[in-house]
Amino acid sequence: MNARDPSRVVPTDDAVIIARGLTKRFGDFTAVDHLDLTVRRAEVYGFLGPNGCGKSTTIRMLCGLLTPSEGTASVLGNELPRDAEAVKRRIGYMTQKFSLYEDLTVTENLEFLAALHGRTGASARTRINELFARYHLGELRGRSAGALSGGQKQRLALAGAVLHEPELLLLDEPTSAVDPQSRRDFWDALFDLAEAGTTLLVSTHYMDEAERCHRLAILDRGRLVADGTPRDLMAALPGTTLHVEHAEPRRLQQILARQPHVFGVAQIGASLRVLTDRREDGVDWLQAILHEAGVTALIQPTPANLEDVFVAATRPSVVRDS
Amino acid sequence: MNFSRLFAVFRKELRQLARDRLTFGMIIGIPTLQLLMFGFAINLDVRHLPAAVLDDADTWRSRELIAELASSQVLDFRYHVTVPQQIEELMRGGRISAAVVIPGDFENRLEQRDRPAWQVVVDGSDQSVQSAARQLGSFPLASLDYGSAALRPGALAPQAVEIVNFYNPERRAPINTVPGLIGVILTMTMVIFTAMAIVRERERGNMEMLIATPLSSAELTLGKVLPYIGIGLIQVTLILILGDLVFGVPIRGSLFAVYVSSLAYIGATLALGILISTLAKTQFQAMQMAFFLFLPQILLSGFMFPFDGMPVPAQWLAEVFPLTHFLRLIRGVMLRGAGLGELWQELAALALFIGVVLTIAVRRFRKRLD
Repeated sequence: MNARDPSRVVPTDDAVIIARGLTKRFGDFTAVDHLDLTVRRAEVYGFLGPNGCGKSTTIRMLCGLLTPSEGTASVLGNELPRDAEAVKRRIGYMTQKFSLYEDLTVTENLEFLAALHGRTGASARTRINELFARYHLGELRGRSAGALSGGQKQRLALAGAVLHEPELLLLDEPTSAVDPQSRRDFWDALFDLAEAGTTLLVSTHYMDEAERCHRLAILDRGRLVADGTPRDLMAALPGTTLHVEHAEPRRLQQILARQPHVFGVAQIGASLRVLTDRREDGVDWLQAILHEAGVTALIQPTPANLEDVFVAATRPSVVRDS
Repeated sequence: MNFSRLFAVFRKELRQLARDRLTFGMIIGIPTLQLLMFGFAINLDVRHLPAAVLDDADTWRSRELIAELASSQVLDFRYHVTVPQQIEELMRGGRISAAVVIPGDFENRLEQRDRPAWQVVVDGSDQSVQSAARQLGSFPLASLDYGSAALRPGALAPQAVEIVNFYNPERRAPINTVPGLIGVILTMTMVIFTAMAIVRERERGNMEMLIATPLSSAELTLGKVLPYIGIGLIQVTLILILGDLVFGVPIRGSLFAVYVSSLAYIGATLALGILISTLAKTQFQAMQMAFFLFLPQILLSGFMFPFDGMPVPAQWLAEVFPLTHFLRLIRGVMLRGAGLGELWQELAALALFIGVVLTIAVRRFRKRLD
């Protein structure tokens, strides 16, 4: 559906990441399939998609860790893979799996990273103390990284990724192992960074996180199936979301799941959330179907959310308006 | 190459090593155990020992004796010398393992039978050579039986020939084994430690973070490997001390030469470890590959079985292994008191090995995930 708001088109010199036809194959398997992507300065750009949709592979290509099989990518004005080393100096990368040393302390890990980025002595100490304060790591400084909780590890990983003040920060499912409160705090930290001018590319499979991004790309089986602001994406949803109340939601769900125009049916408490590609006549259409099945239920249109967009976009046989 | 990054990796590796009790235990435990276990003999026969001959008699009988010894295939006469000093020089340099000395009064001695008529000088620093010499002593030689048919054949040989054992007169096995053991222990531990240390970064996911930083592969590899040079030297020292205390193994050459040789060999094992680390995906694979390379080295290098007794293709193969060259070096230095100048070919072979293997490893090591 590629809903792009013309008013938001920004000159390309403001683009931090430009990828065109980016493709990565592993043998016969195509992990990323001709991906076009533009990420602008100081925006929080989300990658939403199920596991194995190519989010990590794309991020790794953009970090210069993987060589694209096809296509071009320019990151911070550097062509990849040719200028990968120049890119590595200016980006921060937070890996999906905790990748600092579990047998080193918090301080030792940060000192090590500082040295890798050419910061030693007083300048390293000042920066590390700054990070201690900002990410509440001061009390943990002597603790070995392996002994930290999920949320603490994540804060340490973020501190490590931004230690050298990168212009672009790529985060691969950073919140997959932490509790809701830590997730909220983490996102606050990300917005602080964006406000300070850092561009962020975050992959996630949480809808609420995706909804917080300035802009968003939905990936499915290596392909970009939708991108835009969350609001635009929801507005451009090729269908209607209906709220259905009935005493026997499970039975109703079975009936509806077989219908050709239904993308998805999800039970929310005692009611059902039905996503259909019937746009204008959705309520009447559903009423007729239920009537045929001898069921009467309360049907109301309801505003689309990002999950509806996601379900519609990643549906195998989806009819997309382009 | 940025030295502060290199040093950062080095310091990180030392910190991790200091906290890894298992590895630390292995550093001390493996040499100690191995030394005590292998401190006992390995004894086998040989053929085609490189040898020199000094024929002061130069009679038809002496020539026949030499021809017969040559046809026995135990000795391979490569040098004909004229003075005893040359024998010593050749042996110290490791170019010969044995020498036959026929004195000027050979004919007389044969007639009188009061003193041994001829002499076999053997390199006692190599156990396999000693046993070969013993074999020679009881060899039935037709040329010496001439005119002595009345004597019991068994009584002839021990009287006729005298075996002089250079460097290890008491024929004690540990003296031969311990220097070689330095090589074996370094092979076992160094290759595995380095290969696993690098592969561990990949297996635990640290590599993904590291290659997204400006750290170069050379800085990473060198920084990680440097601490192991120190560990290797600690192990060498431990073996030397234990060898002296428990088995009374002498160091006849200079300590400097011992450490230079060891350092060259540590370099070779580290290069091999780095190469393995570029091939293995998991620590387990690295361990398997290290073991795969370890066995043929032990078997073919001359540590376990006599080098000169192996078929020629096996000898060629053995020349490729760094352990083969290190064994010649360390035995020469420790037992024969040879200097590095006399054994320069072995040092050169190790240097060549390091150069070739490191080049391959560096070409294989990519700062990428694919």
